[in-house]
Amino acid sequence: MDKEINIKLKVWRQKGPKVKGQFETYSLDKVNQGTSFLEMLDILNEKLIGESKDPIVFDHDCREGICGMCSLYINGEAHGPGTGTTTCQLYIRRFNDGDTITIEPWRSAGFPVIRDLMVDRSAYDKIIQAGGFVSIGTGGVPDANATPIEREDSEMAMDAAACIGCGACAATCKNGSAMLFVSAKVSQLALLPQGKVEAARRAKAMVSKMDELGFGNCTNTRACEMECPKNISISNIARLNREFISAKCKD
Amino acid sequence: MTKIDLDKIITKIDSKIPEGALADKWTNYKDHQKLVNPSNKRRLDVIVVGTGLGGASAAASMAEMGFNVLNFCIQDSPRRAHSIAAQGGINAAKNYPNDGDSVYRLFYDTIKGGDYRSREANVYRLAEVSNSIIDQCVAQGVPFAREYGGLLANRSFGGAQVSRTFYARGQTGQQLLLGAYSALSRQIGLGTVKMYNRHEMVDLVKIDGRARGVIMRNLITGELERYSAHAVVLATGGYVNTFFLSTNAMTSNGSALWQCYKKGAYFANPCMVQIHPTCIPVHGDYQSKLTLMSESLRNDGRIWVPKKLEDAKALQAGTLKGKDIPEEDRDYYLERRYPAFGNLVPRDVASRAAKERCDAGYGVNNTGLAVFLDFNEAIDRLGKQTVKDRYGNLFDMYEEINNENPYETPMMIYPALHYAMGGLWVDYELSTSVPGLFAIGECNFSDHGANRLGASALMQGLADGYFVLPYTIQNYLADQIQVPRFSTDLPEFKEAENGIKERIKTLMSIKGKESVDTIHKNLGHLMWNFVGMARDEKGLQEVIGKLKDLKKEFWSNVFIPGEANDLNIELEKALRLADFLEIGELMAHDALDRAESCGGHFRSEHKTEEGEALRHDDQFMYVSCWEHQGDNKDPKLNKEALNYEFVVPQTRNYKK
Repeated sequence: MDKEINIKLKVWRQKGPKVKGQFETYSLDKVNQGTSFLEMLDILNEKLIGESKDPIVFDHDCREGICGMCSLYINGEAHGPGTGTTTCQLYIRRFNDGDTITIEPWRSAGFPVIRDLMVDRSAYDKIIQAGGFVSIGTGGVPDANATPIEREDSEMAMDAAACIGCGACAATCKNGSAMLFVSAKVSQLALLPQGKVEAARRAKAMVSKMDELGFGNCTNTRACEMECPKNISISNIARLNREFISAKCKD
Repeated sequence: MTKIDLDKIITKIDSKIPEGALADKWTNYKDHQKLVNPSNKRRLDVIVVGTGLGGASAAASMAEMGFNVLNFCIQDSPRRAHSIAAQGGINAAKNYPNDGDSVYRLFYDTIKGGDYRSREANVYRLAEVSNSIIDQCVAQGVPFAREYGGLLANRSFGGAQVSRTFYARGQTGQQLLLGAYSALSRQIGLGTVKMYNRHEMVDLVKIDGRARGVIMRNLITGELERYSAHAVVLATGGYVNTFFLSTNAMTSNGSALWQCYKKGAYFANPCMVQIHPTCIPVHGDYQSKLTLMSESLRNDGRIWVPKKLEDAKALQAGTLKGKDIPEEDRDYYLERRYPAFGNLVPRDVASRAAKERCDAGYGVNNTGLAVFLDFNEAIDRLGKQTVKDRYGNLFDMYEEINNENPYETPMMIYPALHYAMGGLWVDYELSTSVPGLFAIGECNFSDHGANRLGASALMQGLADGYFVLPYTIQNYLADQIQVPRFSTDLPEFKEAENGIKERIKTLMSIKGKESVDTIHKNLGHLMWNFVGMARDEKGLQEVIGKLKDLKKEFWSNVFIPGEANDLNIELEKALRLADFLEIGELMAHDALDRAESCGGHFRSEHKTEEGEALRHDDQFMYVSCWEHQGDNKDPKLNKEALNYEFVVPQTRNYKK
């Protein structure tokens, strides 16, 4: 059964991108363990507002693990303890009475802090804009069943397509690399006949945009895979490398 | 009332339905509508607010055609719009499984599912373009589920007797949205769409009676920004967060829609909201939102409560577990009441049936507000692995939230607010009553009548955005090719911006004692208790007064910390709540006017002896089109007659 516990929170507060930030400590008593992590922050914010203080700013939206908006670094782990879950799917029952919980924003050169725990992830959009699509317009496409696709390929494409673009991979990577994110999209589309046509062009364009935006290189530490809330595998990175090398060979 | 009397109370509202047989209307329209030639398209700007399935697909499609598109989203990326959270699937009349489906059948099921309160021509067009959507998405690389032979898989969904639902595991909305997002991203990269993230619409700008621009609040800087265009498309989703607790995302709101209503766009059928039967029950006062469990679970899960009241009491007290109740003591009430459709009855029917059992005392959790959704039989029949393949991610999600393993203990579910069938009134061209203002997706009212069938929202959002609006908007824009771009220095823009500036100033200066969320929760309680799953005349009259009081409380006692011209999350919420309070009141007005039960709108005074919804077609065969008359004045009700030419409205029957 869920109990009520008392916790301490060390939360990163930072007024703006160019302003120096610091940790602030807060206590919360009698938090029901059935409370979600973000609801716990709601409770803290209500308390702060009651004291006429500025609430803690953090990104969140769907609160069911699919929009990819939530992005907290909790006790040194992207999306906190547990595997295969986003921050919004984390519950206080993962913590114990008397715990001190440290909450930070994504820390990565590619994701500058906007305020407190909110960061700017528009770099990921820019990478997709560089090539994360099939170059077709609306209409004039063949019947959906015209091209059979092996179920295994389709399932692997779906595994990769499950990426929610939260940024946990780059935030976790010691090199600040966005390879897991990029490889997930490249793999999804390269595995499908519809995306295969421009696979080489796509791999080059997306990798080049990623480099341009200041993300680091992959050294296969597998930290991204460990922290990915959607369990995206680094075998996608291998596939991206293959696509990229074969594209370069053709040049 | 006879047919002639009904005609008398109906205002003449032109919905611009094309002539001809049902199956020919859309083709006829496309054959004769006006088009804009490529060189003129470049001179025309279109604002699209929202990047969900409707917004992203419309923005991408119009940009591909050559229009200049300005696209806005409230989140930090267009990929995060709430369409992404749709789980179950998308309907289309492909008839791949060869089980007797057709465009007509999809049309018929949707009209019937909507309890005969939607337009025949619109719904037929929706069914007609449904097949193109699947083709489009597959071409984009959407990884729909497939059979071993390599062809697409289908599953069944509530309200249908065929399998016409395409899906991508339990995350179909995500995959469809990412498909639309990829098309949109391509256009952003090409420079044909200018994308503005973290922007929220705060007013519509009209010039000479036409929609010509918007005022946006930049959520990072707090600055108000002006944008002009030849036409404005609203794709801002639904307004069920009026209830505070719903399955909608935290930023989902009704404000853009409400601003347009106040600028003269009719608000159609505001009382028609959908309460989804399979959500995780409410568990505490601190709860921020409700989590949906996909309707697809009803394909294999069986819904039940105990037959014996003493068993229910023991479950509520926590002294008994669901799995300990023997088969013969379980009441599979949907299978009992609706043998033909069983657990796959439409959402409104399933939700009311759950409420009926819980109200009678048979609820199965500590609050008495939950029923079981049991996979025991499915695991026996299919094996655990198959159940895991089909629903694994949903089961994991359930366990994370509830700390119970649904493979071993039946899930507990309860209905929750999910979707708004009501929205801005639009004609066949998806134009609102303000020229130049279009509404697509959930924020219009057009296709779902009084109840939406599962897997139809994704279909409608993409139909509107890919295949309907890009055509119909040209019929309007063709007349605009001589109109030069508008300066945002025009007095209309200044006036709108000053209006919102004043509103923000007033809000910031209240400095009261209540937080925004506290007042929003109070609003939610009022709405759930009086405008929720069952409504009655007395309660609705009472709640209108209570809502007016709560609005006063808000405007005199809300507290917003921080500054107006800055990132201010409390101010954002306060601006939305100010509108939710008024939307709630209009919903109550509409529910009061509609003295019948239909779809998601259930008036306790109007039910059959068996407790089913009782429509009054002789009096209410119309779309309620509410017209704003000024602040603190009662809105005016206009009525658009629903003329059924092709289908005979019947009492919905899911029993046989």
